[in-house]
Amino acid sequence: MPDGASPGVQLLAANAGPAALLPGEAQGVTLDTAGKRLIDGVSLTIEAGVITVLMGANGAGKSLLLRLLHGTLAPSAGTMTWGGRPLDEEVRKRQAMVFQRPVLLRRSVAANIAFVLKLRGKSARIRVREVLEQVGLWRHAAQPARLLSGGEQQRLALARALALGPEVLFLDEPTANLDPASVAAIEVIVREAHKEGTKVIFVSHDIGQARRLAGEVIFLHRGRVVEQTPADRFFAEPVSPEARDYLAGRIVL
Amino acid sequence: MQDFGESFGLAFSLIASGDPDLLEIVGLSLKVSLTAVFVSCLVGLPLGALVGIRRFRGREAVVILLNALMGLPPVVVGLLVYLALSNAGPMGWLQLLYTPSAMIIAQAILITPIIAALSRQVIEDLNKEYAEQFHSLCVPAWTAIGALLWDARFSLITVALAGFGRAIAEVGAVIIVGGNINHLTRVMTTAIALETSKGDLALALGLGLVLISIAVAVNAGAAVLRTTAARHAYA
Repeated sequence: MPDGASPGVQLLAANAGPAALLPGEAQGVTLDTAGKRLIDGVSLTIEAGVITVLMGANGAGKSLLLRLLHGTLAPSAGTMTWGGRPLDEEVRKRQAMVFQRPVLLRRSVAANIAFVLKLRGKSARIRVREVLEQVGLWRHAAQPARLLSGGEQQRLALARALALGPEVLFLDEPTANLDPASVAAIEVIVREAHKEGTKVIFVSHDIGQARRLAGEVIFLHRGRVVEQTPADRFFAEPVSPEARDYLAGRIVL
Repeated sequence: MQDFGESFGLAFSLIASGDPDLLEIVGLSLKVSLTAVFVSCLVGLPLGALVGIRRFRGREAVVILLNALMGLPPVVVGLLVYLALSNAGPMGWLQLLYTPSAMIIAQAILITPIIAALSRQVIEDLNKEYAEQFHSLCVPAWTAIGALLWDARFSLITVALAGFGRAIAEVGAVIIVGGNINHLTRVMTTAIALETSKGDLALALGLGLVLISIAVAVNAGAAVLRTTAARHAYA
């Protein structure tokens, strides 16, 4: 079921920080690498209240666009702003990102959470337990993080991102390599975060997952946004031929 | 010149009886080389980490230089430190020539490039994994270096052991700046050189055996560390 935008959620998101980060605004964002145009003049607005799913075929530029939105990549041209402010470190500190392959420190599960809490000058003592209990990893707290299963590692990476209380959460195909039970566990946590007012931007090429999570879909094709549509409309009658082909299972070139 | 077998017998009895001269020499060797490793790590680890994670102009040249300096000839280092510390030299006023401190300085100069070059590689590899996550989290540079050094600690201990192995076994630098003075600056390698030329093969062999044992122990320690690290998936 797609999550509709309830007014309560919007209110929460809007009140999350000193001055809300949303909406996020991309203006002609372009990325060139080695003479190739990978992202081509993307302009879009990221609004609060819905889970946004970035879809598209492999190589469409989903992951690159996500990094441009988060600011771990700088655009070759164009501007990216959040709540009217340029995308600097202060903005990025209020966002968090989870990668396809979880990047865990070579430390215990608990130490992975404690590291980011200390980074933000928060007391780790009580919060580590809270965070790990939320994702069902407290019993593994003392274990080396890298001995967890793939699904548990990704849950830990997600828990670590959420421990910072981000206003915007970016997820880059976090469930691409996971089994169905782990995928379900991740989706539950993501939906929970969304309900609590975190703006979720999720990259996926899994149509089933997009149907389950998306409030709106941004569809990319060859580095361009070909449509940005509410999820119910996107899956019923996509506007662009590329998205129609993609949903119909035809190979999009 | 003693008989070969007799020398071995005497060497073992020297070690077994805990000969005070032998113990004093072994003790000074360990003190000098361990201190040199410690000093080299203080300089070499942060330097290696910095070169490993920072992108700056001339970085390639620095990497090549560090790698080249790994093979510094000990006698040349000894000569340079000798020139610096001798009465006419720029640091002659310190009056350090022919003291253990001079030997520590020489060995530290010899192995700092080893620590820096090897840790640069270790940290650079780990950073490739962490860099994007750290960028996303806005981790300040010094915190990132601290985290990388800590998380790579098992590999870095192996690096320190490599430095120690080099320091404890070299003779060229310590004999020039230390002078092999009995009860003052005589270490295992310089003693072996002297006793051999004097024909006292028992003491030379005894010290040689201790030196080899230390080398074996250091390598065994490194191997144990590697398996421990692998078992805990920290490697």
